[in-house]
Amino acid sequence: MHAFRLLTPRTPFRSGPDLRGVAKLLFALMLCIIPFFPASAGPLDEATSLFAADSFPDTAKAIDLVSASGAPQAGSLLEALGDRRLFVGGDKKLYFKDKSGAVFNALDGSKLALEPADLTLVRTNNRLRGAIDTAVGRLTLQAPDPARRRAAAEAVYKTRAPESEEAISAALRVEKVAAIKEIQQLALASIIATAPGKSDIDRLSAIEILRDNGDRDALTPLNLIPDSAGANVKNAAKSALTEINNRLALWSTAQNTWYGVSLGSVLLLAAIGLAITFGVMGIINMAHGEMVMIGAYTTFVIQEVIRQKYPALFDYSLGIAIPLSFIVAGLVGIAIERLVIRHLYGRPLETLLATWGISLILQQAVRTLFGPTNREVGAPSFMAGSFKLGLLDINYGRVWIVVFALAVFVSVLALLRFTPLGLQMRAVTQNRRMAASMGIRTARVDALTFGLGSGIAGLAGVALSQIDNVSPNLGQGYIIDSFMVVVFGGVGNLWGTLVAALSLGIANKFLEPFAGAVLGKIALLVFIILFIQKRPRGLFALKGRAIEQ
Amino acid sequence: MNLTRRSLLATSALAAAAAALPSLPVLAQSGDTIKIGILHSLSGTMAISETTLKDVMLMLIEQQNAKGGLLGKKLEAVVVDPASNWPLFAEKARELITQHKVAATFGCWTSVSRKSVLPVFKELNNILFYPVQYEGEESERNVFYTGAAPNQQAIPAVDYLMSKDGGEVKRWVLAGTDYVYPRTTNKILEAYLISKGVAKEDIMINYTPFGHSDWQTIVADIKKFGSAGKKTGVVSTINGDANVPFYKELGNAGIKATDIPVVAFSVGEEELAGIDTKPLLGHLAAWNYFQSVKNPVNEAFIKQWKTFKKSDKAVTNDPMEAHVIGFNMWVKAVEKAGTINVDKVIDTLPGIEVPNLTGGVSKMLPNHHITKPVLIGEVRADGQFDVVWQTKGLVPGDAWTDYLEGSKDLEADWVNLKCGNYNTKLKKCG
Repeated sequence: MHAFRLLTPRTPFRSGPDLRGVAKLLFALMLCIIPFFPASAGPLDEATSLFAADSFPDTAKAIDLVSASGAPQAGSLLEALGDRRLFVGGDKKLYFKDKSGAVFNALDGSKLALEPADLTLVRTNNRLRGAIDTAVGRLTLQAPDPARRRAAAEAVYKTRAPESEEAISAALRVEKVAAIKEIQQLALASIIATAPGKSDIDRLSAIEILRDNGDRDALTPLNLIPDSAGANVKNAAKSALTEINNRLALWSTAQNTWYGVSLGSVLLLAAIGLAITFGVMGIINMAHGEMVMIGAYTTFVIQEVIRQKYPALFDYSLGIAIPLSFIVAGLVGIAIERLVIRHLYGRPLETLLATWGISLILQQAVRTLFGPTNREVGAPSFMAGSFKLGLLDINYGRVWIVVFALAVFVSVLALLRFTPLGLQMRAVTQNRRMAASMGIRTARVDALTFGLGSGIAGLAGVALSQIDNVSPNLGQGYIIDSFMVVVFGGVGNLWGTLVAALSLGIANKFLEPFAGAVLGKIALLVFIILFIQKRPRGLFALKGRAIEQ
Repeated sequence: MNLTRRSLLATSALAAAAAALPSLPVLAQSGDTIKIGILHSLSGTMAISETTLKDVMLMLIEQQNAKGGLLGKKLEAVVVDPASNWPLFAEKARELITQHKVAATFGCWTSVSRKSVLPVFKELNNILFYPVQYEGEESERNVFYTGAAPNQQAIPAVDYLMSKDGGEVKRWVLAGTDYVYPRTTNKILEAYLISKGVAKEDIMINYTPFGHSDWQTIVADIKKFGSAGKKTGVVSTINGDANVPFYKELGNAGIKATDIPVVAFSVGEEELAGIDTKPLLGHLAAWNYFQSVKNPVNEAFIKQWKTFKKSDKAVTNDPMEAHVIGFNMWVKAVEKAGTINVDKVIDTLPGIEVPNLTGGVSKMLPNHHITKPVLIGEVRADGQFDVVWQTKGLVPGDAWTDYLEGSKDLEADWVNLKCGNYNTKLKKCG
């Protein structure tokens, strides 16, 4: 096989062991001169030269030195290293940047007015970052900030390093916040359960704690009970594993339902627009996906402008994008209706071909304008992160998309039900000639209806820009799903679209764990084909004489 | 009213024409030139990856012409657009060879497009340079494979994850998009892992459709698989657009690269350009070239590329390097043979050596694959890669993997054996 080596891109800063000795001596002298300097800065100095060497084994040694030094700045120093904010300057001193980019001297914590020349990042790899997480966890267990204490306890829980035991017990004694205390207990229990040389009685009580409070993370320590433990310990671990797995299986139903609702809300968003253009107007609109894409690109453009001109408004960028995407996609829709589709009413096959052609033109136009590569649409801060509900991990971004999809659904429903435009739309769909003789300008209503459907697709684009790539191909992935939802739900019925989107989403997510993503999708398609054979009009068929024609 | 509508129609027709324009062949000058075919999709799904390869070929041809051309003649690029449509690849290849009489063609990205043009290149006897990492199990007389074979990407990447620095991974998720490259690569990797003593229940294989965007269930499965008490790693052959939502979901689920590292074979600088890299930080990619590799040859190339693209943000990537190597090898072979005669150039190419962009010298082997270094890079915040590991020397490409039944006895050698699938046990070709 291929032999491999660690990379040492630059020559290490070590001109000989004797020189280093001199440096140490000098440093010791300096320590005497500067009385407020912590007495433990010696190892930090050695660590500095190891960091400067820019080789992974040296950095690993330096991490051990820093974490063992007990120096007060050790925690922040290692945190900076883990976050890629620790630098070595041209003067071989250590500096770190805070989140805003201000530079500090890493050893004494003083802020620098000017950024020193030749800052090079101290590089890390995954193995080193694991070691850093362990060390930072141990060092910040008693930090004043509860969020940091919590993160530290979680890091110890995950890494289970036996040398963290003392620190976590000490932290446990003084911790006041119950939630953090619970994680610390789990962390301590996971160390006792897995560390060598513990008594069986200790292990048994640790396993009990893990069994009673543990989630998925508790499975790992329970799987790692050392061989030296007694048979009763191993049996206890085994039964604890079964118990947690049973609990997780129960929760996984809830989890799948939530995943299904969240997938369903995406399907719903993509399909509502189509439910109007295809469902209400009967146009087979193959360019529907491209309206979604146009909405996403509008979001991108708006975010770019905000980033460059008004960075403070970034969190509002999606809010600003919502009306604008609606308008842009709606106008494109109206243009398509006026220029192409209105000449083809009553000729579904030609409409299909024409709109398919339009979809290709729009894709290539966007590709020419913005390039073929993906574009970045960032997430505003309120959409990032997740929270825990029992054993469920729920992501804020997904929650917002569900809320947004329902809001769009309700407003479309209200618009059709309560506004004059909605009344006219329904009148035209139900009986065009009668509506025309009542004085409704059917051509104008057609254009506005198509514009509305396209505008809603644009809204879907705003939401999809958060979970999918913004690229010219964005729309293609959703067109088939949208048609599936509308046809399954019943053409011309918005409630049908809602029920169909959610049930397809949930069915998909319950099928996926057993059948896999590919087979799951096939199974759903087969199901819909069979269903349409039985009920050609979908779940909720519209009834009425005009519709029958 | 009528007038406005007509002018509107005219504008939209213009817009349509403008949109279609880049896909027209560039037929700059006729006369006594050597024509080179460029067969990359400029529209459709694959345009995201293939457009830059067309550009890099145009740049290389321009540079060669600035140096005085080849054999006293100017080179002329013939660009066609197969539009991400596999049968169209074969048609366009035929057009390049019969109509434009190209001396060689540089093109294709997906394996299915390569398979679709193969019969054309064999029938009309022409040369194809294929620049993308692929699943191997092929060696054709008319094709030169300048991308990585599985032993030049997949297997070293797995070796790295097994090593101390890679985290000593003991449990493996092989996740891929459902088509020929991931399926074959995962088959090879599974056989390799089992040969290294990994138990079958420690390998999870998962396939997803093209463009899969809802990763919640699969990421939850990976998390579950990873909580068995053994270090878990993911080997991803997930293709193109599906990657970003995958990494986003990993981030959402709180899986960091230190918990479960992901090493990807299809995520490069081009794919990372312009996306939010936060969820990807620390995850890995295995390639034979990274833009961040520091050496004078690479720095000069990046500079030329940025000037050519007139953009400071233009990035370089692995398949581009493969085209650079392939083009330089072809030029050298034509100069050595003194002719563009296809048979003579095919016979001259094996043994040709040209510098690659990572500081070594790549050589064309008798099996029509080349020697390359293997690098593991970690995603940085700026969308570039930090090289964390690399093979000591260059790795020769192996067309037929040693880890699959039916393939391990095969050997490709177009110099002595004149055969792409010589069976060493039965001592016969085919």
